[in-house]
Amino acid sequence: MSKYKVVHYINQFFAGIGGEEKANIPPEMRDGVVGPGMALAAAFEADMEIVATIICGDSYYAENMENAEAEILEMVKSKSPDMFIAGPAFNAGRYGTACGAICKAVKDNLGIPVLTGMYVENPGADIFKKDLFIVETKNSAADMRKAIPKMAALAIKMAKGEELGSPSEENYIERGVRRNIFREKRGAERAVEMLVAKVNNKPFVTEYPMPVFDHVAPAAALKDLKKAKIAVVTSGGIVPKGNPDHIESSSASKYGKYDLTGFDYLTDETHETAHGGYDPCYANSNPNRVLPVDVLRDLEKEGVIGELHKYFYTTVGNGTSVGNAVKFSKEYAQELLADGVDGVIMTST
Amino acid sequence: MLKEIERVGLPIVHICTVVPISLTVGANRIVPAIAIPHPLGDPSLNAEEEKGLRRKLVEKALNALTVEVDEQTVFED
Repeated sequence: MSKYKVVHYINQFFAGIGGEEKANIPPEMRDGVVGPGMALAAAFEADMEIVATIICGDSYYAENMENAEAEILEMVKSKSPDMFIAGPAFNAGRYGTACGAICKAVKDNLGIPVLTGMYVENPGADIFKKDLFIVETKNSAADMRKAIPKMAALAIKMAKGEELGSPSEENYIERGVRRNIFREKRGAERAVEMLVAKVNNKPFVTEYPMPVFDHVAPAAALKDLKKAKIAVVTSGGIVPKGNPDHIESSSASKYGKYDLTGFDYLTDETHETAHGGYDPCYANSNPNRVLPVDVLRDLEKEGVIGELHKYFYTTVGNGTSVGNAVKFSKEYAQELLADGVDGVIMTST
Repeated sequence: MLKEIERVGLPIVHICTVVPISLTVGANRIVPAIAIPHPLGDPSLNAEEEKGLRRKLVEKALNALTVEVDEQTVFED
């Protein structure tokens, strides 16, 4: 039997081309395996082979989604593969979003099975888990050795068209799909058992988890901008030069609150970015490109806004856990409120 | 982070490049930005043009704060 042909998608980092300074490279295709494809190919053994690897910069994809998608689709099509695999992306947000988007595009346009892998908090997982099989990985590439065999095993089943088991059996992120199965005990009996376990504080597993909707209703609009006190906050890591509180370049454990008094604009001598997840040269040479203090001051002087709030709040949104992000912002939301702020601009890179 | 601020009743506008991520995390007012490493700038322009571009984005964001929305809204041009 001939091997199933796979096209693999990775970013510039895993291709060994470079980090953030190379995140702008457009898609290219190389024959055979590159980077993590080597381990994947080894795990496929005799069943499948990677015929080509497509490499694209994370920022290029994020900033040129439609073009990048079209270009990559053409590349995939030219190889007429049996399957398409992207990543794994772990907790890299742009990479995960790109892996998800291109997998969905390939699935929708070429009708072949697709598979990717990422950490459950990767924004790409949330966006695409309903559409795709996404193998659940840990949050860093240190998990590569464990992630690859899981992806390979699921990929082989998918390529062969075998029936797939539940998320926990096959290591993919729950898609919210329910399937009819036969059980030994009828529903009423299982429900009573669950109830008895619950009242006795014993563990039980629900058969129907309730979906979690955590959308906050939009706050009321500002009535009069001319009188409004506006605060600016960022996940782009802008900090006073020297990063006095040592906010981490990734997986931030803290946020900073810094005084803008006396600053009509930010310069490379007063501020910089602590963010390790994008090419910092543009933000370092002109921090207003991330935290637009220059323009907000102009608008304040011209009376377009009432006042720019004295402090800005900042952290590095790079692999930072949802738990930490919620904790930071819960704290400073109360401060903003207490300081009489009327509206907030948040910038993200 | 956006949601926690909005939860206390403050309107917040998200200026960001990757709009799908912003939609996923639950921003209600979104203004698309220029590029990931320089959301409010463009190094290919001269200083004056670049500041003008930044001002347009900030004005768009401020305007978004004055518009009542009842669902997630992306403020395009």
